[in-house]
Amino acid sequence: MRRFVLIAVPYLWLLALFLVPFLIVLKISLSDVALARPPYMPQLDLTQGLDGLLTFFSDLDFENFVFLSTDSLYWQAYLSSLQIAVVSTLLTLCVGYPIAYGMARAPREWRPTLLMLVILPFWTSFLIRVYSWMGILSTEGVLNQVLLFLGVIDTPLQIMNTKTAVYIGIVYTYLPFMILPIYSALEKLDESLLEAAEDLGCSRMEAFWLITWPLSRNGIIAGCFLVFIPAIGEFVIPSLLGGSDTLMIGKVLWEEFFSNRDWPVASAVAVILLLILIIPIVLFQRNEQKQREAEG
Amino acid sequence: MRRFSWFNTTSLTLGFAFLYLPMILLVVYSFNESRLVTVWAGFSTKWYGELLRDQAFLDAAWVTVKVAVFSSTLATVLGTMAAYVLVRAGRFSGRTLFSGMIYAPLVMPEVITGLSLLLLFIGLNIDRGVFTIVLAHTTFAMCYVSVVVSSRLTSFDRSLEEAALDLGCSAFEAFRLVTLPIIAPAVISGWLLAFTLSLDDLVIASFTTGPSATTLPIKIFSAVRLGVSPQINALSTLMIAVVTVGVVAASIITKRAAVSQARDEQAAIRAE
Repeated sequence: MRRFVLIAVPYLWLLALFLVPFLIVLKISLSDVALARPPYMPQLDLTQGLDGLLTFFSDLDFENFVFLSTDSLYWQAYLSSLQIAVVSTLLTLCVGYPIAYGMARAPREWRPTLLMLVILPFWTSFLIRVYSWMGILSTEGVLNQVLLFLGVIDTPLQIMNTKTAVYIGIVYTYLPFMILPIYSALEKLDESLLEAAEDLGCSRMEAFWLITWPLSRNGIIAGCFLVFIPAIGEFVIPSLLGGSDTLMIGKVLWEEFFSNRDWPVASAVAVILLLILIIPIVLFQRNEQKQREAEG
Repeated sequence: MRRFSWFNTTSLTLGFAFLYLPMILLVVYSFNESRLVTVWAGFSTKWYGELLRDQAFLDAAWVTVKVAVFSSTLATVLGTMAAYVLVRAGRFSGRTLFSGMIYAPLVMPEVITGLSLLLLFIGLNIDRGVFTIVLAHTTFAMCYVSVVVSSRLTSFDRSLEEAALDLGCSAFEAFRLVTLPIIAPAVISGWLLAFTLSLDDLVIASFTTGPSATTLPIKIFSAVRLGVSPQINALSTLMIAVVTVGVVAASIITKRAAVSQARDEQAAIRAE
């Protein structure tokens, strides 16, 4: 009995507040817009019994998905989200790897401090971290002032409201997610392997590419997924740092819902976003599973 | 004895400069006299004064703290239960669905979580406000808590619990007297994680709130959409200060607890 309660409470909570809401999204994505509140048709009327259920199902259709596939705005938004996520994941890897490497090669007594310095920004508000770049990247911002002062440029660079600003924002905010798995892979690396390679005549560069890089691969893969998956659905970064032409699907969904009040289309956008995300999520799970099996 | 090589020193210096300079600049410009955030016009704390006199911000801060305290506490209880079920309850029908529902919210884009919860609340005709944000935050935060707690539960020695049961404890007593003290650090960090997630959340709160409740992130977001503002810099500085103090204090406390636990274990071994 006690075991039953223990299982039932969190189970029912998640059913009611995670699964059911998601099924509602699925259902509304198959509905039509109506100028009422809630603004969609059909509505399930259980008082009519089986007939009501049948008419309800026969009124559902894929119209919204057809609409999404014919409007190039949505295609572009999905493609540009994917492109931004891929580019910024690779950039994060380029920035994060040397940091993780430096941490793993640091004197042992320094490592906890360095680790805390990487984690600390993660506890700081995401919104504030994105906001901090607005003052740096704007036309009169700190970066342009410094570059103008140094004489590197004559006219201020337009970085704010471009894709570049979105890349910088994603790299900056997701950097800890990249550093931590790579660091934990590199820290476990047996250094006698590197010494052996050097004894056998490898240069340090060769030893890195032949030993360190392959052995940190699991960390790299995990880090890339941890950046890539949330980056696709990102809303805050493109809406604060990106311009009106920086399309990202999270922003499109938000606008469909709050500005256009088109709930069925917003729901359809959400369903497709999730379908896109399933592939990287499954791959990520597999990678984790493999790693656990290799370790256990 | 290891030293820093020049390559590692450079990459660490540049890396940490990248991580910290934006926030340092944010703090520095919060003390700027000028309203134009990018022009330095002398030291001043006037934006802090203005912030503390702004009732809308104070209200939002209060709503945010209320939501965070309620939702993280509820999330810790539910998340610990869920972790216990995942690690200890063995097989039961629907276990796969259960673990799926624990892990899925972790990777679910916030816009989708927010949208789906809003549609639920509208469907049920619930008035949106503090209550609905608490429900929403509890739901996604409990998944984080259960991941943190279950990793601790997996790594701990079950024979301790069995010993307590053999010595006549009821299952609940064994949990309260043996299991809970051992997993307490994980439960506490789960609570802290849930608290910061709630404090930080803009997207889900924007979807699930009504006109009656505005949280700090919502307020900040609508203010900074129009551009940089020194008042927001001041607010950010205060929030960064609170987090820094909190994280440093928590890490010192856990370090001490670990040291004293190690000492107890040593003493126990010697006593044998």
